[in-house]
Amino acid sequence: MKSLLGRLSDNEVLVADGAIGTMIMERGLASGKPPESFNLEQPAVLEEIAREYLDAGAQIIQTNTFGASRLKLAQYSLEGKVDQINRNAVLAVKKVVGDRAYVSGSCGPTGKFLKPYGDVETAEMFEVFREQIGALISAGADVICIETMSDLNEAACAVKAAKEFKSIPVMATMTFNRIPRGFYTIMGVTIEESLRGLEAAGADVVGSNCGNGIENMISIAREYKKFTRRPIIIQSNAGIPELKDGRVIYPETPHFIAEKAKELLTAGVGIIGGCCGTTPEHIRAIRKVVDAHQHSTV
Amino acid sequence: MDLLEQIAVAMQRGDSDTIGQLLRQALDNELAPKDILDNGLIAGMNVIGDRYKKHEIFLPEVLLAAKAMHVGMDILKPLFLKDEVPSRGRVVIGTVQGDIHDIGKNLVAIMLRGAGFEVIDLGNDVAPNKFIDTAVERNAKIIGMSALLTTTMPVMKKVIEQLKEKGLNGRIKTIIGGAPLSGEFAEHIGADAYGYDSVQAVDCIKKLVSGS
Repeated sequence: MKSLLGRLSDNEVLVADGAIGTMIMERGLASGKPPESFNLEQPAVLEEIAREYLDAGAQIIQTNTFGASRLKLAQYSLEGKVDQINRNAVLAVKKVVGDRAYVSGSCGPTGKFLKPYGDVETAEMFEVFREQIGALISAGADVICIETMSDLNEAACAVKAAKEFKSIPVMATMTFNRIPRGFYTIMGVTIEESLRGLEAAGADVVGSNCGNGIENMISIAREYKKFTRRPIIIQSNAGIPELKDGRVIYPETPHFIAEKAKELLTAGVGIIGGCCGTTPEHIRAIRKVVDAHQHSTV
Repeated sequence: MDLLEQIAVAMQRGDSDTIGQLLRQALDNELAPKDILDNGLIAGMNVIGDRYKKHEIFLPEVLLAAKAMHVGMDILKPLFLKDEVPSRGRVVIGTVQGDIHDIGKNLVAIMLRGAGFEVIDLGNDVAPNKFIDTAVERNAKIIGMSALLTTTMPVMKKVIEQLKEKGLNGRIKTIIGGAPLSGEFAEHIGADAYGYDSVQAVDCIKKLVSGS
């Protein structure tokens, strides 16, 4: 398989997968258990989800390890199983995709704050990420995706921890809110600051996921492009959930997201995928738009 | 600037060390603990809340102020007789069953304590009956529920239905919050209020306890 970064630098646009957590819940995640418990108990479900996204045309498939750091797993007394939980998740995806897609080791926030805002020392945070990312890499992840970060220092810790290992590509995404004077994370980090921090830490691909529907993501992508030459990854939510006939739904349809994804392509985004509320159908629709774009530019 | 103003300013800077010093100085000067609490600590926290609401500051400043508040309360608490710690009311709060996203809920707890409420934080993944049983046992008038996942939002409705079944609705009021929620959803499930963010949640709870 050609290298991920090589393809991006050749201006190929890649399609990533959509949401995992919500799909696991639909398959009967018991209350009181984290989505990562499936990695120990029902890895076949992970294979099923990976297959759906592969069939939809995703070339980058994430592992079900968003909350698989020791700090996060400790909430469920699973902190002793970091290696097994991360390993099983990688193996499940790898088994399905083989060399047809990249296995992306997902690594989310720890849920704890660094000092002085919280109680965690930088060195401890670094170790927590190194443990998780080490497990993902040794199980065979092709790329590490540090995602949904709000605190730049925490994100930088994770990127640096990933960079300690052999030359694995590292993607890092932050989650922004739109306020009247622009896009900020809840910790008050701007897009420009995010870029500076993530690039200094060594991220190869930078971008944003979660928190926004596709329209805000187009603005975020354009802002990113102003300040960086690195490939950009965008994983939008299927809008902000709303209530329809007493049911909660994510409003952005596969068609809507795919149409808007054309603007992400124009903005120069290198990887397009989905976050909360997106499904294999969304990815299939994005795939079509990306294929049409690549035919027209070849 | 008088001492109370200095305390309020130190609160806004989230300067825990200075808060400790100023509070001891204020007590040496025989200022009343309640005065220090209301016009020093809480006054400072209110400014933090306002500025956060206007997006002038972000979470780090709020977290530091909350730490400073904690330091201040540790000094003041022993000075109030057992049942005289001034409280605006007792609130039971938690992230609903099936959901473990607690940053928003924690922020509301911080801001509520800052505003002088007593908060019973049940953590995350809280079952409907636990919200209700705790509120009844501890005589709390407000239940605050948080959810980030669309899949767990229906749990809020369960809590409200159970309150009705037990004839407790009206006596115990409910407020909900979380990224996917809306005022429309709150109305739909019969919640008494919806807090768009932590500051607004505190404003709503103040209204709920005063019955207006």
